[in-house]
Amino acid sequence: MPILSRPLELHANPIMSRDKMSTQSIKEQISGDYYTCRFEEGRSEDTLILNMGPQHPSTHGVLRIILELDGEYIVRAEPVLGYLHRMHEAMAENRTYLQYLPNMGRVDYLHALAWNWAYVGAVERLGGIEVPRRAEYIRVITCELNRLASHLLWWGAYLLDLGAFTPIMYAFDDRERILDMIQSVCGSRLTYSFFRPGGVAIDLTDDFLRAVGEFTHYMRGRLPMYKTLVTDNIILRKRCENVGELTLEMCRRYGATGPVLRGSGQPYDVRRAEPYGVYPALSFSIPSEAEGDAMARYRVRMDEMVQCLDILDQAIADIPGGPFLAKGAPKPRWKAPAGETYFAVEGARGKIGVHLFSDGSNTPYRCKLRAPGFSNLNCFAEMARGTLLSDAVSILGSLDLVIPEIDR
Amino acid sequence: MTEFIFSPQLLHIALAALAVMAFVGANGLVLVYMERKLAGHFQRRPGPYEVGWHGILQPFVDAGKLIGKQLITPDGADPLLYWLAPVVAFVWVLALFIPIPFSPWLTAFPMDLGLVLILAFAGTGLLALCMAGWGSNNKWSLLGAARAVAQSVAYEIPLLLAILAVAFMCGTLNLSTIVEQQGRWPWQWNILTQPLAFAVYFICAVAETNRAPFDLPEAESELTAGFHTEYSGMAFGLFFLAEYANMIVVCAMATALFLGGWQGPFFSGVWWFLSKMYLLLIAMIWFRWTYPRVRFDQLLNINWKWLLPLSLVNLMGTALLTKLF
Repeated sequence: MPILSRPLELHANPIMSRDKMSTQSIKEQISGDYYTCRFEEGRSEDTLILNMGPQHPSTHGVLRIILELDGEYIVRAEPVLGYLHRMHEAMAENRTYLQYLPNMGRVDYLHALAWNWAYVGAVERLGGIEVPRRAEYIRVITCELNRLASHLLWWGAYLLDLGAFTPIMYAFDDRERILDMIQSVCGSRLTYSFFRPGGVAIDLTDDFLRAVGEFTHYMRGRLPMYKTLVTDNIILRKRCENVGELTLEMCRRYGATGPVLRGSGQPYDVRRAEPYGVYPALSFSIPSEAEGDAMARYRVRMDEMVQCLDILDQAIADIPGGPFLAKGAPKPRWKAPAGETYFAVEGARGKIGVHLFSDGSNTPYRCKLRAPGFSNLNCFAEMARGTLLSDAVSILGSLDLVIPEIDR
Repeated sequence: MTEFIFSPQLLHIALAALAVMAFVGANGLVLVYMERKLAGHFQRRPGPYEVGWHGILQPFVDAGKLIGKQLITPDGADPLLYWLAPVVAFVWVLALFIPIPFSPWLTAFPMDLGLVLILAFAGTGLLALCMAGWGSNNKWSLLGAARAVAQSVAYEIPLLLAILAVAFMCGTLNLSTIVEQQGRWPWQWNILTQPLAFAVYFICAVAETNRAPFDLPEAESELTAGFHTEYSGMAFGLFFLAEYANMIVVCAMATALFLGGWQGPFFSGVWWFLSKMYLLLIAMIWFRWTYPRVRFDQLLNINWKWLLPLSLVNLMGTALLTKLF
């Protein structure tokens, strides 16, 4: 307990700042921090104010949600962010374009290559750099493998939140194979800095392509087992169906993208809406479901895993020879032409955007990162109202949030 | 009075108490190991492997670790309730072993009202959860305790009705008599004459012991360990042991009531009882590691809309058939 020379004045808390401040002990004065006090102001009778997080097994990181519970029903929910704010956007202003690239892998470490791509794409647009065709194919292959790994982890973690302890082990088994493959080419297992403005860092080998082909074959054999044992399980269906209804109108208001939006009926995918890379040459479908509940989002992601496998099979068959990095690729301490660009990619969680401002020097003037999780999370407060506590956990899991990306 | 102190009755009571405690302790150790090994194999990993041959000394090491941990009283917790809860949880369960017939001569106290005793003591065991939830001064524990109360109270009713159907059929509440009335061969066991009662009983048993898929009171991912969030060291160990002891009791009851108890096709005895009990325990462990958790209102729905009507129908059908034949 800090030693105060005078009583605390919690001006945001009218309950506390009323009478008898000096006679109260210090312990009674500190009834909560700023957010809790503000939240308590709007409280109704006979409700329990509960803090879910920042330390909680199923908030997927350091997310804090202040809940007002009437028994088990959630009357009000308010997420409090910032526990994992690492000032990535501030770091962009103090690093050169190439020095900043590893930051992108740490923003959302589960789909690091998509963030790599968004940043590198923005730099390429800024500098007018052409990417060789082979490099584009390499980007697609590694990014889709990463997307598959991210969806597998989401699936395992979601079921862990719902109380099934076994699927995550199976999911990680599959993930290990992907990670081993990617490690042989990207150098690390989680936070990749593989892309470069103008291409990629190193070339793929034929062994890698063969391993990817074997993996897609193996994975296609695994997914039916997951469907029978988990997706069709009555308990899971009861936990996910009609839970967390998200209408299209709500999605538009909050700017939700990715499987969250596709689970509400809108088949919007950045790979088709604002095409980049070689996606126009690859044929894949955009899965979407109309119900807008947690089960719809679940099914969208399971279908997306199959689409990843399709894209991978096409890419490893069609990949051409050639250079993997453009001739005029930026060297370290490269100065970008002045201007601003925006580049968006489809990440596992939604639309990842990098808005890059350059003032002609070798560090960005400003780098704004648009994280899909931020918009998706804000739907939660409205979705969770009136549901049970268990449903809140189910909804959070179905949104596939990664808090580091939300807080940046 | 002096006749009592040095009488055979007191010796009997003391021996029975010691035997029950030893049995629960030993089985607790075996169950801890079995659960972790089975969990591992279900999850495509070996489970405990380091300590002893294939990890067989793991439960001893776990017990040593739990005993050696610091016992913490949370700030603002009610010390009496907080520290009494794990003790009550564990000791209460021991009383449930009194009428269970492990073998014709290996019964603590064969009594005519054995079933009533078990049901009564099982109901009161809930008190420990309430004390833990309230005494921890933690909203998450409170939620866990509230869920545990509603769940246990709700699921006792179909449990009672299922057992009642068997008691009706056998005409007695004495567990030893019920076991003796069944035969040596599987087709002579009560499970064939009362399959619905067995199904209802087993589901209620899983719910009463707070095991997945009905483990909401201690739901790790929702309530950060529910009513035993604030407990550390041996206090948590006692809750842990109490849960396993509860599991043993319900499986032992199921064995006695439905699976013929200690009777077997050859060499009837306590080993048959233990094997059947462990088969049911393995089934319970299998459930836990396979299914996700049921939501709380769905849990109560299952009880009130499915188990209760089914057990009532079963009871009335049994009563009718018993009266007619």
